[in-house]
Amino acid sequence: MKTKLFAVPYIIWMALFVCIPIVLIVVYAFTNDAGAFTFENFKGMTSYASVFGRSFLLAAIATIICILIGYPLSIVMSKFPSNWQKIFTMLIMLPMWMNFLLRTYAWMSILEKTGLISQLLGLVGLPPLDIINTNTAVVIGMVYNFLPFMVLPIYSVVTKIDRSLIEAAQDLGATPGKVFKKVTLPLSLPGVLSGITMVFVPAVSTFVISQLLGGGKHMLLGDLIEMQFLGTAYNPHLGSAIALVMMIIVIICLRIMNRFGDGEGQAVIL
Amino acid sequence: MTRRNARLGGKIFTALVFLFLYAPIFVLIVFSFNSSKSRTTWTGFSFKWYAELFQNDAIMSSLYTTLLVAVISALIATVLGTFAALGFYTMKKRWRNPLLEVNNIPLMNADVVTGVSLCLLFVAAAAIMGDFTAWINKIFGTDLKTNFHLGFATLLIAHISFNTPYVILSVMPKLYQLDRNLVDAAQDLGCTFMQAFFKVVVPQIMPGIVNGIIIAFTMSIDDFVISYFTAGSTVNTLSMTIYAMARRRVSPEINAISTLLFLAVLILLVIINLREIRQEDKKKRLQKAIAR
Repeated sequence: MKTKLFAVPYIIWMALFVCIPIVLIVVYAFTNDAGAFTFENFKGMTSYASVFGRSFLLAAIATIICILIGYPLSIVMSKFPSNWQKIFTMLIMLPMWMNFLLRTYAWMSILEKTGLISQLLGLVGLPPLDIINTNTAVVIGMVYNFLPFMVLPIYSVVTKIDRSLIEAAQDLGATPGKVFKKVTLPLSLPGVLSGITMVFVPAVSTFVISQLLGGGKHMLLGDLIEMQFLGTAYNPHLGSAIALVMMIIVIICLRIMNRFGDGEGQAVIL
Repeated sequence: MTRRNARLGGKIFTALVFLFLYAPIFVLIVFSFNSSKSRTTWTGFSFKWYAELFQNDAIMSSLYTTLLVAVISALIATVLGTFAALGFYTMKKRWRNPLLEVNNIPLMNADVVTGVSLCLLFVAAAAIMGDFTAWINKIFGTDLKTNFHLGFATLLIAHISFNTPYVILSVMPKLYQLDRNLVDAAQDLGCTFMQAFFKVVVPQIMPGIVNGIIIAFTMSIDDFVISYFTAGSTVNTLSMTIYAMARRRVSPEINAISTLLFLAVLILLVIINLREIRQEDKKKRLQKAIAR
């Protein structure tokens, strides 16, 4: 079959709309308004160190919470009969198919000072909960929006684990804790790693969640970038520099993590 | 005893997680029928917000834009992606692997970065095109448009760019399952290349193509961030309208759209699942027939 040439239109498309835009980000990051080469944009970024810190911290917390909920959920789900498992995976995917903004909007009415949680607390005589426009609300929004991205990869790996390996470990005298540590955990690690990528990247770069649930008070990297392009502080050069640095830090984090993961995977095979 | 406790604990845990996932959606749906503007106090049942929703021009026109972009971009991405997948499939690994890496960039990159980078490209391209037409006007004395803005065209290009990788990822595995000998056999038996392609290859990879178009369509409808940076100030998608409304905080029409969209997705998922079940039945019946 000689169909090599079929790919040519898309290769041109990728060059135009994937490669050139990234090159443009790099060019903008290293130039100023007059088009001259400069490092100013990166120097100007030091005043935003706290935003970088907060974004990575909140995204990391949200990712860890997603693992703490998603991992046990995947294990529990995989022990149900297969018909139930199908229903569960569909139920996990269903909210994902609903508009991302609507999902975030829903939390606004729940977390408000006069919101539903406060009303429920009021019924049993407790003081109202006022966490809208705080970091806590932002983390709740991240966990809610990205939890399915953690559950689905872990679940799909966990269901493929060969039951006989677990039985063999049990037969050879391993305690349930040891079976988990030596068999289930290492074999499910690839799922966890891809889950981390799929949660951490959108969480660290979000501006919707921080604006709707954080009230715009606590800026995240996404907000900062958005402001430089469409907001009040129009400066695409600084925005590109921030986007570039964010991209590089994320890539480095993921590389380190995956290397660590690969090592583990090889150890299992050996 | 402890085992039974563990199992019960697992069930309670699962129930709690699903409560967490569905409580917000449930709240949205319930309050879409609220008679007052409040998002948190129930004052009585009404269809008021649904009526207002259909009266709201901003929402209706953005819904139209969203559907139009989703349909067109999904179709173009499917054609572009299917042909690209066929091309990649016959290429040598040395060429294929780097191309697939580039194909993965939009999938791995943060949406903000993709959106911003396309925004830079489109703004630069608009400026260059403006200069070019101005130059033409000067030389030939014509009266071409010289001010280009981001709008529907750039929105469409952006959507095709992030949809096509998904199509490729769903078509490629089907190609690898394909038996290359079948194409040779068809050609040996007198088919032209085109006939063999449409009668043998296309039917075999069809499930992947259909899957790709569905993913592309839903990705396009769900997208906010990339549209936000590439649609300019005159064109709005539904997500962009919702974002503007949500920032103003009180607008129960959002609840009404949520309910309708939720129902639409639910119906779509049920249809897709029924289709899968029917396909599996077909396969089973076929296997039975062969076994006989």
